[in-house]
Amino acid sequence: MNASRNALQTTTLVDAIQELKFDAAIGGARRDEEKARAKERFFSHRDEFSQWDPKNQRPELWNLLNGRKSLGEHFRVFPISNWTEMDVWQYILSEKIPIPSIYFTHERDCFVRDGVIYAHSPFVQLKPNEKIEKRTVRFRTIGDMSCTGAVTSEASTLEEVINEVASTRVTERGSRIDDKRSEAAMEDRKKAGYF
Amino acid sequence: MYKDFDQNKIPVKNDFSSEGYLDMELLRFTTAGSVDDGKSTLIGRLLYDSKSIFEDQYEAIRASSEKRGEGYVNLALLTDGLRAEREQGITIDVAYRYFATPKRKFIIADTPGHIQYTRNMVTGASTANVAIILIDARKGVIEQTKRHTYIASLLRIPHLIICINKMDLVEFQATVFEKIRKDYEAFAGRLEGNDRHFIPISALKGDNVVDVSQNMNWYKGPTLLTMLEEIPISDDYQKGSARFPVQYVIRPMNEAYHDFRSYAGRISGGTFSKGEEVRVLPSGLKTKIKAVFLGEEELEKAFSPMSISIVLEDDIDISRGDIIVKAEEPMVVTQELDVMLCWMAEKKLELQGKYLLRHASREVRCVIKEIKYKVNISTLENEPENKTVGLNDIARVVIKTTAPLFIDSYSQNRITGSFILIDEGTNITVGAGMIS
Repeated sequence: MNASRNALQTTTLVDAIQELKFDAAIGGARRDEEKARAKERFFSHRDEFSQWDPKNQRPELWNLLNGRKSLGEHFRVFPISNWTEMDVWQYILSEKIPIPSIYFTHERDCFVRDGVIYAHSPFVQLKPNEKIEKRTVRFRTIGDMSCTGAVTSEASTLEEVINEVASTRVTERGSRIDDKRSEAAMEDRKKAGYF
Repeated sequence: MYKDFDQNKIPVKNDFSSEGYLDMELLRFTTAGSVDDGKSTLIGRLLYDSKSIFEDQYEAIRASSEKRGEGYVNLALLTDGLRAEREQGITIDVAYRYFATPKRKFIIADTPGHIQYTRNMVTGASTANVAIILIDARKGVIEQTKRHTYIASLLRIPHLIICINKMDLVEFQATVFEKIRKDYEAFAGRLEGNDRHFIPISALKGDNVVDVSQNMNWYKGPTLLTMLEEIPISDDYQKGSARFPVQYVIRPMNEAYHDFRSYAGRISGGTFSKGEEVRVLPSGLKTKIKAVFLGEEELEKAFSPMSISIVLEDDIDISRGDIIVKAEEPMVVTQELDVMLCWMAEKKLELQGKYLLRHASREVRCVIKEIKYKVNISTLENEPENKTVGLNDIARVVIKTTAPLFIDSYSQNRITGSFILIDEGTNITVGAGMIS
């Protein structure tokens, strides 16, 4: 009931990288998202098992990025490391990038657990006293359905989303349950090969 | 720790405007210091008063602090992202934090203050526009102050803001502030590369950090945040010789762009405009700029540090590693470099050792010809007899490269005057260098 599907995600990712022999996998992780990501490099070195060793990362000075590696190793590259959540939304607005409707307000069957609004889905079993109710929500961040919370919102345009982000009192990944499993949840996932 | 850091009072932003957001300037500044100086309190205060601490972040660190049995909410936990850091109560790496005011966006590169983290400070300082030097008003200038100042000067961070903190513990006395300022200038006067500003603050109470202090009417200068918002940064990039190291040659060879060829890179100094005459190095050939592109948008003029692509009038053979400059702004071409080196690896620097040198977008092999002296960063004295250069050491070294490089001195340009050394066997970055 409390299982995370992250272990599944990571295995597939790691297998794909190994099979297809990628030199680099580019991701959209940002430093402002989470405390372990705050320590990341633009070029994050991963060993043959995709493991992230925070003690083994190269210093990045000026504009000089060291992408040298041995056979079997690869890099996770994070070009928007220094972008904030607001930067991303402003860019989307400026470039008129179409985004999935799930980021905007919609009605959805939800239930509340530990203060988090979950989408009702076949992937999460309800506990005895939990009820399904229709809510007007949107998703501020998209993670696995089994562990991503929604936020109550009426924001239906990018401008409204931006105003919400500007005045919010909760971080972007605040509703990502998998980050909260332990103090070092993200750090541990990265060490096992996650982005 | 914070008397008035009340969760119920976390201010909420309600004055946000998207207009001009993407054009806002970005200021990067470093903060270095130990827990005792109140550095974390200062950062926490900046984030808190600029409405950049989120409720759940606060809640998470409150829970953490409680779990650890601390009697207060330890804001250092905001930046100690790694388990090892939180367990040992120290900051191991460079921690990046982001905040913005309506006037500017900021990146804080926060590093530990201990001498064994010199390489972290050097890393954080490499791209900083401003260094905040924190002094405890009760202690005045100490070894750490001098060391941090030296590093800021070595890395040529253009502006130093010296914050004399804990003024509340010295009864906000102007005499204390003035004495520390004098002592600081006495040793810093001979260091070059930056301008210096002094602010008396109390990070704990909030005096002169974001809000003007009610307790120091003798101080007529700006608050720290105002200074951070107003200190000029574009000059630092745009003045100076025009430098464009080519990273990539764009040649789509498709229907829409059949004969299109442009050279992509990040402008590392000065400006480039349509129609300007330029010279390509190393060939030395002259040509004119036909067009400047930012993505697919054509510009009249582009400036540092924009990432652009340039189309030239003439069909010259140019590849990654070449540099485009203005004819009247030459670069020095050399195979011998006299440098200041910060060593970043456990394994010591080897005299006659061979390394890879990465400069701008070029990589050449090199050999360490001579170690002139090591810098004692506690006393700031040069030690010519000391030739052992290990982790966190700073030394003056002569390097010979296997191929000629086009360079500027670091004092002229922080990008074309810097390089890193890579150990070919392990692939790790072992040194960071600045050309004298």
